[in-house]
Amino acid sequence: MKLKLATLALGAVMAAAPAMADLVFPSLSYRTGPYAAGGIPFADGYADYFTLLNERDGGIGGAKANVIECETGFNTEKGVECYEATKNEGALVYQPLSTGITYQLIPKASADGIPVHSMGYGRTAAKNGDVFKWVFNYPVNYWDGASIAVKYLLSENGDSLAGKSIALVYHNSAYGKEPIRTLEALSEKHGFDLTLIAVDHPGQEQKSQWLQIRREKPDYILMWGWGVMNQVAIQEAANIRFPMENFIGVWWSGAEIDVLPSGDKSNGYKALNFSPVANYPVLDEIRSVVAGNGMAAGDGSNIGNVIYTRGVLAAMLAAEAVKTAQGIHGVADIDASMMRDGMEALEITEAKLEALGMSGIAPEFTISCENHGGNGQAIVQQWDASAQSWNALTGYISSDNDVVGGLIAADSAAYAAENGLEGNCN
Amino acid sequence: MFYRESGDFKTTYIDDDQTFPIKFDRYRYYAVMFVAFAIIPFMVNDYWVNAIFLPFLIYSIAAIGLNILVGYCGQVSLGTGGFMAVGAYAVYKLMTAFPDVSIVFHIFAAGAITAVVGVLFGLPSLRIKGFYLAVATLAAQFFLVWLFNRVPWFYNYSASGQINAPERTILGEPVTGANTDAWAVYLLCLVFVTVSALIARNLTRGTMGRKWMAIRDMDIAAEIIGVNPLTAKMSAFAVSSFFIGISGALFFSVYLGAVEVGEAFGINKSFLVLFMVIIGGLGSIFGSFAGAAFLVLLPVLIKNVLVGGLGWPTDLAAHFEYITVGALIITFLVLEPHGLAQLWRVVKEKLRLWPFPH
Repeated sequence: MKLKLATLALGAVMAAAPAMADLVFPSLSYRTGPYAAGGIPFADGYADYFTLLNERDGGIGGAKANVIECETGFNTEKGVECYEATKNEGALVYQPLSTGITYQLIPKASADGIPVHSMGYGRTAAKNGDVFKWVFNYPVNYWDGASIAVKYLLSENGDSLAGKSIALVYHNSAYGKEPIRTLEALSEKHGFDLTLIAVDHPGQEQKSQWLQIRREKPDYILMWGWGVMNQVAIQEAANIRFPMENFIGVWWSGAEIDVLPSGDKSNGYKALNFSPVANYPVLDEIRSVVAGNGMAAGDGSNIGNVIYTRGVLAAMLAAEAVKTAQGIHGVADIDASMMRDGMEALEITEAKLEALGMSGIAPEFTISCENHGGNGQAIVQQWDASAQSWNALTGYISSDNDVVGGLIAADSAAYAAENGLEGNCN
Repeated sequence: MFYRESGDFKTTYIDDDQTFPIKFDRYRYYAVMFVAFAIIPFMVNDYWVNAIFLPFLIYSIAAIGLNILVGYCGQVSLGTGGFMAVGAYAVYKLMTAFPDVSIVFHIFAAGAITAVVGVLFGLPSLRIKGFYLAVATLAAQFFLVWLFNRVPWFYNYSASGQINAPERTILGEPVTGANTDAWAVYLLCLVFVTVSALIARNLTRGTMGRKWMAIRDMDIAAEIIGVNPLTAKMSAFAVSSFFIGISGALFFSVYLGAVEVGEAFGINKSFLVLFMVIIGGLGSIFGSFAGAAFLVLLPVLIKNVLVGGLGWPTDLAAHFEYITVGALIITFLVLEPHGLAQLWRVVKEKLRLWPFPH
């Protein structure tokens, strides 16, 4: 049985090896399972942007981009399998869109010399490039997110949160637990009460959590949710008539799909975002060049929504890093270590974004050896249920670097000590 | 014709009692061992080990463990995921607390700790049976996952609640952490699988196994003929949990390297291992391997054929995989309710008679 299956699998793997393309971008996507609502648009945006580059510009710097998709189902075991299956295809960068898989890949990819870009998720301490040589999390991370949300609440309350209470509703996983440390530090600094309310995977059952919220009546709720958990939480908040404008989700809890199921009741719900939605010219090009020619990764219905836009941003940042790397090394067909150099020298300016047809899709930032995380900026957006659109309430807000920076230094130092790493920025 | 006992004379009781009394079986077993130990380590790469061999070997240990409890002793358990988590967290705490002690001892110690926890949660089995016991062990599953999520001591107060395996070596060769060689982790798991299978096989053939089976077949009758249900059931829980703990420890430290308890050791894991045991065959060591192979390798195979070979979209292939695996499970169980092991036994019986079926 085992032998027969193994032989068959061997044959299948041999047959599976595709022709080597020039620039390989593995897409560890999830189009199935309870997190598919977010996984599908992101994977579509990621693939469509590279298709656009191939069709419109003939690739990146003359080399064609090849996106290899591998279904993880948000499951770490499948994530490992996908990583091992794709890493020898010449993978340039991994963007797993899962904090759990990112944690898995950090040591593996570091040992194999392949960069990991966890854009707005993953291990926050990876911002410290001195310790995490191969891991990048620009333009913003969870601790920034927690700080930005609190900063926004401070600005709403005349710079004082003393005596207020904030509840954190979080996905009970590495992802959801990330902001806790920062929020605890911030609650000490600003004197608000913090209540932690965990929601277990996959998050369809939240009755008891919202009963607790109803009892404790927090002034504000922050949410670190993903997938089906978001929709359920917003519906439950509506059911207990929690004022939506006091309910703020992180950027993974602020897509159309999260608020649409509760209809008008979700009006006023707020969320952070680092890739604001707008009618970027690049989306029109994707519609005409990619979707118009039947080459879209999905059915085309997601083009332009929040998570799709973020997928396009992720692909754009990868493509820009490739261009930077090509500039540094003078070859079109770069490898993973050159890609890392490109990511470390990446500079995103408004002028660059304008030229790419996506002015304002991301904050400006510059990556250096010490700073793998950008400037930590995000906006606050609000859902307008009648117009069915997200409206930006603020410009880019920067995080409180006194708090976040100190925590990052402490956590990355602990990681370095645990793994016997020495700084690589000298 | 090729497969027969005739002409294979035994002159001592020891010969007659061996695990594989038929020559053909024995040579096949030696051949498998030879290939597994002497050929595969030279051929494997990271993909083969991390995507195929490690999960297969580690789930085999878990399936052997559960098979002892469910298949041999007849005590239904849905706590496998929780017990694997105990093994994983035990080995993590030991690895970080005593970095100088060899990981091999830690893995065995993790098995022992899990055995204690298993006995604790097995106590209700003295009073309740069948579905009711399944519910009691289900409580263990949820309680243990909750515990490891809730108490920061278990994950050394890390910010994310994840546990990460630091690098540990055996004879200078790293077997956990990021810088491992494919052959080293493969061999480590293979040794654990072989030892576990040998122990389990011999336990089940001896007094202890006979007591378990007596309890399984009819507990009142077993008690009347002098089997102490307390020791029989508790020893089944202990031995079973020991193996499951070892598999959990390997699953975390060698295979994944970083684990989140709710995701890696949730109720799905309990069901997965239970399905392995049922599909493979209750009360059969070979069945544990067959079941693990079926549920670990088949999805990978289907995915590689559909996505890699035929170029299907990944989501379609993923859904198709659920359908096929589900359909195959039903088909197998309808055609052969006693699992793949029984299928294998039937084949052997046929071969024994072939080419004269009467």
